[in-house]
Amino acid sequence: MAKVLMKGNEAIGEAGIRARGLCYFCYPITPQSEVAEYLSKRMPEAGGVFLQGESEVAVSNMLYGAAGAGVRCWTSSSGPGISLMMEALAYIAAAELPVVIVNIVRCGPGLGGILPSQSDYRQAVKGGGHGDYQCLVYAPASVQEAVDLMPLAFDRAERYRNPVLIIGDGMIGQMMEPVEFKEHKFPPLPPKDWATTGCKGRKPNVVNSLYLDPYAEEKLNLRMVAKYEKMKKEEVRCEEYNTDKPYQALLVAYGTTARICRTAIHKLGEEGIHVALLRPITLFPFPRQRIYELAQKVDWVMSVEMSTGQMVEDVELSVRCEKPVHFFGRTGGVVPAPEEVVEAVKKQLGAGKGGQA
Amino acid sequence: MKTIFKRPEALAETPTHYCPGCTHGVAHRLIAEVLDELGLRERTVGIVPVGCSVLAFNYFNFDCQEASHGRAPAVATGIKRGRPDLIVFTYQGDGDLASIGMAEIVHAANRGEKFTAVFINNAVYGMTGGQMAPTTMPGQVTTTCPAGRDVEQVGYPIRMCELLASLRTPGFVERVAVHQPKYIIKAKRALKKAFQYQADNRCFSFVECLSTCPTNWGLTPLKAVQWVDETMIPYYPVKNFKSPETEGEGDAD
Amino acid sequence: MARKKSKVTIDRNRCKGCELCVHACPKGVLAMSEEINEKGYFFAQVKNQDDCTACRFCAMVCPDVAIEIAVEEAGVSQE
Repeated sequence: MAKVLMKGNEAIGEAGIRARGLCYFCYPITPQSEVAEYLSKRMPEAGGVFLQGESEVAVSNMLYGAAGAGVRCWTSSSGPGISLMMEALAYIAAAELPVVIVNIVRCGPGLGGILPSQSDYRQAVKGGGHGDYQCLVYAPASVQEAVDLMPLAFDRAERYRNPVLIIGDGMIGQMMEPVEFKEHKFPPLPPKDWATTGCKGRKPNVVNSLYLDPYAEEKLNLRMVAKYEKMKKEEVRCEEYNTDKPYQALLVAYGTTARICRTAIHKLGEEGIHVALLRPITLFPFPRQRIYELAQKVDWVMSVEMSTGQMVEDVELSVRCEKPVHFFGRTGGVVPAPEEVVEAVKKQLGAGKGGQA
Repeated sequence: MKTIFKRPEALAETPTHYCPGCTHGVAHRLIAEVLDELGLRERTVGIVPVGCSVLAFNYFNFDCQEASHGRAPAVATGIKRGRPDLIVFTYQGDGDLASIGMAEIVHAANRGEKFTAVFINNAVYGMTGGQMAPTTMPGQVTTTCPAGRDVEQVGYPIRMCELLASLRTPGFVERVAVHQPKYIIKAKRALKKAFQYQADNRCFSFVECLSTCPTNWGLTPLKAVQWVDETMIPYYPVKNFKSPETEGEGDAD
Repeated sequence: MARKKSKVTIDRNRCKGCELCVHACPKGVLAMSEEINEKGYFFAQVKNQDDCTACRFCAMVCPDVAIEIAVEEAGVSQE
């Protein structure tokens, strides 16, 4: 199929439809409202369900209901709206329901602003809602990648019976890029024999997160942990840049920030400074092992983020605290310029032992 | 001999955890009887709430989903939109529906979601131990209004049927009671209509059941029945507020 | 109306002793037991089966669905 020029949010909407995500609930919030606007036109054409709910609280519970009835469903929102969905997300995780949630992250906390940010990293990766659970978290760095991750997200949500988050920043949502909607093939999914579809010919199914017996609750918790361990083994995705030749520093960045880092790395290369980049595509599971391996060749690692430093802790854990992990970031909706990253790297190289090789 | 009254198939054999005299069991049975009589059991999904009836999925013999506090109408919306062929009902108490879940029930009703909402009004939070609910009667003593509900401080009890009937969209709104035979007979008729409208894909339906809570009211089951008659019904009139047949009568255009 | 023969059966171990059925019965057919069931409740029991008109009020108000009613085949009225 030929490439078409599309705004990120609209491309995400189209990708959802093509991934048979034909049931979409939403509540307007900047900077992702174009997903909803696009789907309000497109979903009826595709024969799907489009419904604007009364709040993100309601929308996330609509997802719980639809997913519980075996319907492939999803939503998109941004920080403040995602916070309101955290209640239902905990229930969705506990009831082991497949739901895809796209977060086009804006700066915060609170109402914050509407400009791009990566400040929802911890909320996405470390929990957000209550209780022992994890989401599978994807972080696209381009509109094309966001489009490619949608079918994967639905597949993994249903394969693991677990909520999947796609974390894009405001730039991914707002920028226009050429995209191609490719065919994605996946192995057959297990039947949804747990869904509440009417009990004809079988015993009643119950979609539930209530376990008053502590041993039953613990059993559920451990079953969920087993899923997360499987994700850690099988679902880690990352991309490397400039790691195929000697490098003096290793940057770790995801999403739009990784693109900025590539430009910075190119500029540094022109000055004879060789820097590598590891870009996590999955934020959970985090590419710990690969970061550890790549960090063996350098004296320090730097996490570059559009936040005050949230992923940096995971990078530190990845290098097992054997090497210093520095941080550079801009926040509040300020997007770091490549030159700023260049300066941050140079400053650290000058300060660090060994300096320029 | 022919059996003329027994446990309906849609009701599981499991004994309930409800207190003696609590009329949740009556409401459960009526729903189950209606689903059986309409032949809907095998395509029904019940949404059970947070509150005393949190374990109702153990008592119904059909598919169920457990909703978070107040969100049953949103959960039902999700199911009904995604699977319009299923018969969906919500079962919520007064704290769940009229307090924390007020937004969800009003908007589901106003969108005309084609599910059936069953609202159990017993004027108190039951499961958490008898705290004041939005439906607690003026002067009624609860664990969080030990001197009685002071309407100067917390306002008057919310009449959900009246509130929802003021909306143009909802098709069927009726208040019934499940504490005495003559009311129970009418309650079953209302529930049957509500589910029939859903089966016919006609409208949103709302059935409020005035119910008892002997334990948290501090009354014997028999005294609790009298309290519904003497205190609740005068404030919460038992009647039909809206039905598709009388559509237009209550509309304020 | 000629009275049809009826039979009220109470599952004593489902009964929680709320007494609502006893008071709902217009004919005084039911009474509370003097012994307790396996849950520890004084349970409702049939005292005067012959007076029963099969009106079903007892079963209607029973929150625990502990009551079954049967009648002679002829003259069964359906609610």
